[in-house]
Amino acid sequence: MPERDALSTAVALIAGADPALWSIVGLSLAVSLSAVVFASLIGLPIGAALALFRFPGRGALVTLFNGMMGLPPVVVGLVVYLLLSRAGPLGDLGILFTPGAMVIAQTLLIFPIIAALARQTIEDAWHEYEEQIRSLGATPRRSIPTLLWDTRFSLATAVLAGLGRASAEVGAVMIVGGNIEGLTRVMTTSIALETSKGDLPLALGLGIVLIALIVLINALAHAMKAVAQARYG
Amino acid sequence: MSAMHGHASPLPLVLSDVWFATGPARARVTILHGISLALEAGPRTVILGPNGAGKSVLLRLCHGLLRPSAGTIAWRGRRNARRPDAMVFQRPVMLRRSVRGNVEYGLKLAGIGRAERRRIAGERLEAVGLAHLAGRAARRLSGGEQQRVALARAWALDPEVLFLDEPTANLDPTATRMVEAIVLAMHKAGTKIVMTTHDLGQAHRLADEILFMHRGRIVERAPAAEFFAAPKSPEAAAFIRGELPV
Repeated sequence: MPERDALSTAVALIAGADPALWSIVGLSLAVSLSAVVFASLIGLPIGAALALFRFPGRGALVTLFNGMMGLPPVVVGLVVYLLLSRAGPLGDLGILFTPGAMVIAQTLLIFPIIAALARQTIEDAWHEYEEQIRSLGATPRRSIPTLLWDTRFSLATAVLAGLGRASAEVGAVMIVGGNIEGLTRVMTTSIALETSKGDLPLALGLGIVLIALIVLINALAHAMKAVAQARYG
Repeated sequence: MSAMHGHASPLPLVLSDVWFATGPARARVTILHGISLALEAGPRTVILGPNGAGKSVLLRLCHGLLRPSAGTIAWRGRRNARRPDAMVFQRPVMLRRSVRGNVEYGLKLAGIGRAERRRIAGERLEAVGLAHLAGRAARRLSGGEQQRVALARAWALDPEVLFLDEPTANLDPTATRMVEAIVLAMHKAGTKIVMTTHDLGQAHRLADEILFMHRGRIVERAPAAEFFAAPKSPEAAAFIRGELPV
């Protein structure tokens, strides 16, 4: 059966440290981890601000970010494509079909997830803490670092949720990266391509690595919360 | 530093015709009805009354956590740059850090340096009998221990006035006695105590004077012995007989 052959070949590719396979895995991690860093730098302060400050339009923004947690990756890819294409407003950068463009697309895709989850986490903590830390002399502004620190484990799981989403999506990186071999080919786009080409071992090998990574990320998130709960309450 | 260091007090805290209402415009609920009173330095003041009398709201207004709907609240004594008051809540909120970190937190906000914070926190934890738990995660402590951490945290700020909102309502008798002993120790060290309770026994043990509240009004104010021996208002008499719903 070809599928069985494909599976054993896939395992051999992984175990044999096939350079093509691992360069794809490496690029995937580089792109998604970079996107998570940028998305956290944008999303965490937005989440904290939405949680702590009252201003006109706040409710609409909260709804917007909650809704944007489910952004379709292809649409994000399309928007970034339009921005970065030669005729687009950011066309002069010349970064379409580079890993940089993929990082931008994934950042846009996941910063709302991080912002929305952070907003919920910090707002819950603020309800619990507000009177107490105001009593101890904290202003709302000064409360931000306190709340970020005290919810650090929940926020880390929000960030890992973003990482999981980024590393699993195909649509955005496919459109803005172009799936160019050795340059912008990541796990998900390779799987799509190799499957359609009939190179099942490579597709399957990448699929196994991708699933293992995502299981690992979620296990990490879960373990971190459990340990934090046990240690800090 | 506290009054024992012999400087002028920020007290009295004077409330003039203070009203407090809450809720949406159509369903406005008035919690406090024109309260006027002066809290003077010295005696331990216990605000006594049934649940829903407005005790907690009155305390939060005094501490500045709430703003009055009408009327004024002002420190009429001599103030320096430091905040004169601290508060301990019914349910202490422990920050997700060590016991020592919790006690140091307010000092850190006040801009006090690390070595000095460490020294003060150590002293206060010693005073509440928790020095041996300084390195433990505060949220993992028992309710009684957490309340003692909260007292150490408030005491670390060397408040002129300590407001306590039903600090032992969730505690067992042993933990309650420990909290009461710390309150007495703070008073002895020069801190004015203003505490709410609906527990008559506790009021007996701690009060120098009683402010009796009922339905958002101060019905009676009297020295504790006088209040318990011969309450002047029918509400207070009913409460002492256990006839007002607590």
